[in-house]
Amino acid sequence: MNHVFRLQVGPVAFRIGSQWRRPVEQLRRLYAGYPEPDGLCDFTVRLEAERVWRRWLRPSVAIRGDYVLPDAAPLPLAQGLLAAEMGMNLQMALGQKSFLLLHAASVERDGRALLMTGHSGAGKSTLGALLGERGWRFMGDEFALLGLDDGLLHPFPRAVSLKNESLGLFDGVDRGRLGPVLAGTPKGLIRHLRPNAEAVARMGEPARPALILFPRFGRDLEPAVREVGAAEAFMRLTQASTNYVALGERGFDALTRFVGALPSRAIDYADTAQAEALVDSLWPGA
Amino acid sequence: MAASLYAADPPETLRIVELEGLTLLYHRRSGLTHFLAPPAPQILEALAAGPAGAAGIAASIGERFEIESEDPAAAIAARLAELEAAGLVWRT
Amino acid sequence: MARRVSDARWLVRLLADPGAAREVGDWTSPIALARAESLAGSLAWRIEGQALGPRVEAVLEAARRDGEAARVQALWEAEMARRALAPLGVPIILLKGTAYAAAGLEAGRGRSIGDLDILVPRAALPDVERALLAAGWEWVKEDNYDDLYYRRWMHELPPLIHRERDRMIDVHHAILPLTARPKPDMAAMIADRVPLEDGLFVLSPPDMIVHAAAHLFADGDLAGGLRNLWDIDRLLREFSERDAAFWPALRDRAARHGLVPAVGRAVRLAHHLYGTPVNWCQTPISRPLDSKEPVGSKIGVRHRLTILDFFFRRRLLARDGWGRARRPLTRLAFYVRSHGLRMPPLMLARHLWVKARRR
Repeated sequence: MNHVFRLQVGPVAFRIGSQWRRPVEQLRRLYAGYPEPDGLCDFTVRLEAERVWRRWLRPSVAIRGDYVLPDAAPLPLAQGLLAAEMGMNLQMALGQKSFLLLHAASVERDGRALLMTGHSGAGKSTLGALLGERGWRFMGDEFALLGLDDGLLHPFPRAVSLKNESLGLFDGVDRGRLGPVLAGTPKGLIRHLRPNAEAVARMGEPARPALILFPRFGRDLEPAVREVGAAEAFMRLTQASTNYVALGERGFDALTRFVGALPSRAIDYADTAQAEALVDSLWPGA
Repeated sequence: MAASLYAADPPETLRIVELEGLTLLYHRRSGLTHFLAPPAPQILEALAAGPAGAAGIAASIGERFEIESEDPAAAIAARLAELEAAGLVWRT
Repeated sequence: MARRVSDARWLVRLLADPGAAREVGDWTSPIALARAESLAGSLAWRIEGQALGPRVEAVLEAARRDGEAARVQALWEAEMARRALAPLGVPIILLKGTAYAAAGLEAGRGRSIGDLDILVPRAALPDVERALLAAGWEWVKEDNYDDLYYRRWMHELPPLIHRERDRMIDVHHAILPLTARPKPDMAAMIADRVPLEDGLFVLSPPDMIVHAAAHLFADGDLAGGLRNLWDIDRLLREFSERDAAFWPALRDRAARHGLVPAVGRAVRLAHHLYGTPVNWCQTPISRPLDSKEPVGSKIGVRHRLTILDFFFRRRLLARDGWGRARRPLTRLAFYVRSHGLRMPPLMLARHLWVKARRR
């Protein structure tokens, strides 16, 4: 491929090839300071023209790689960075078999990790990124990796994708950490945020999980906390996992141990200040 | 017509974890996970001794548990049909 | 010495000669290639235990586990189909990947397995269809044209999917479409089936090769061909080691089913790509179908590739180190060819017309 970028995120290495220069330059800038993979890349992502002439004429980026979705729609070249991010997500969702992959955000404090999961729109991603700016170590906003043997959460601190109104919550961050503004994407306005220096420096450091939260965001919701039983937590986490079934008995063992050992809570909140207060009140040893 | 006899995979091929009164079962042969409510786990336990019909299973469970039904054999037969659809028991 | 790995030739070399693994510096390309060709699990087993470093080992281990999960899932689908069809008393013959796994064949090791493919006698189709529909399978799509097309011309029922387990089943009554020129002797194939312990069946060893070869060339556009040819290599080695009379039996069977050209080409390509040992004296692998020469003459020229073989070989190896399909023109030619093989020209025109209108 004409333009190549290799990226290490936590325990996973990606090789991203592009027919166009721009997406790779944007990736290089967004992931400045990330280590270069040492040898084998676990996954290959390709950004290529869907048809030969579409490389130049109204260029559109097809998301390909080791694992592909046959009906994934191409994106305009201006959103090439988003295509690369989606390509990496796709490899993880379909190809990751070394960890139990949970669609969840995770942060760490004092060596213990907080896992937040919920439907998209529940606010886990924003909440994870926000806590990462307020004294917690950011471990990931999209995927959490549960070790099959060690039961630890392994960091996967990719760039955070901030959408629409959540952008305003990060006005204070160093502008150098922000990617280009991507307008008109399938998910509206998107801007990527590089995790802070601590999150990047400690990406190789797993943490013992301590609490599972199922946040739910709604402007009309009263702040509330509800205990979630282990059986319900198990059910919800299998739904939040893309590879639970593929991992077979190892996935079953890892997940039953995980929900059996940890407290789980569902929280409702109407704004991020409420969410932060709820997290603080629930955090064991806080 | 003779009542059907049902069989189940041997207990060592099942991984069972109890979570709050529910039984979480990993079925090695299929790679599938099942949530079971009583009396389904008890039916599988009863079948560990060998194939049996609904009435026989009801009697063996009845020795240890109260089955809240006027017709225990019919209640067990209904659960057996669900377990059969899930692939956890089959007719011999 | 670290060597650059740039195309599918390297994947083929690693499969044929696992010792070559030590020459690979960066494993990214071989892994991408193997995944693109659905050969990651097979490769991982093939080069197991070579101390290639923890990162490479982790990826290979994951691929082996994936293969194991595929095996469990495939055998379970077969078992569920067996339970659904048992009351009919019809022989159920497993085909392709599920058959290799169920029979414990080397070809099934680490193999990715997609749909469940079964073969049943044609007369049993209506009963089989009813029993599957009653046991939770559903038509993938309700479409009159496709339905009619399948029923009139194809060698299988339209695909069914199980509504709970989300897995597809293909019910075949022949190994080639009814419109294809070769007319395999399905009655003989079904009669010679081999029983497994659980009441299911697989094809006899020679018929398994004949089916794999027919599937490789006459079905589809040769996509995934390297994997299908790897199956053939593994099967040929295992069957010929097990049975000294295997090669002549294969020759007879290929002739009986009218598939000598396909089997010959598959054997030649397997030999050239994977180094499959071939007993030339007993098998007319490059003999024209109508040759009057006695089998076994001209030893030494038999293993040569024909001109058309070279095109097939080129097509099979048309993938680069990024996992990209190369030479789109070769691909298109093969797409047209695969349709041509299945249907006479007039019917093909009608088929393409209907497909085009529906877009």
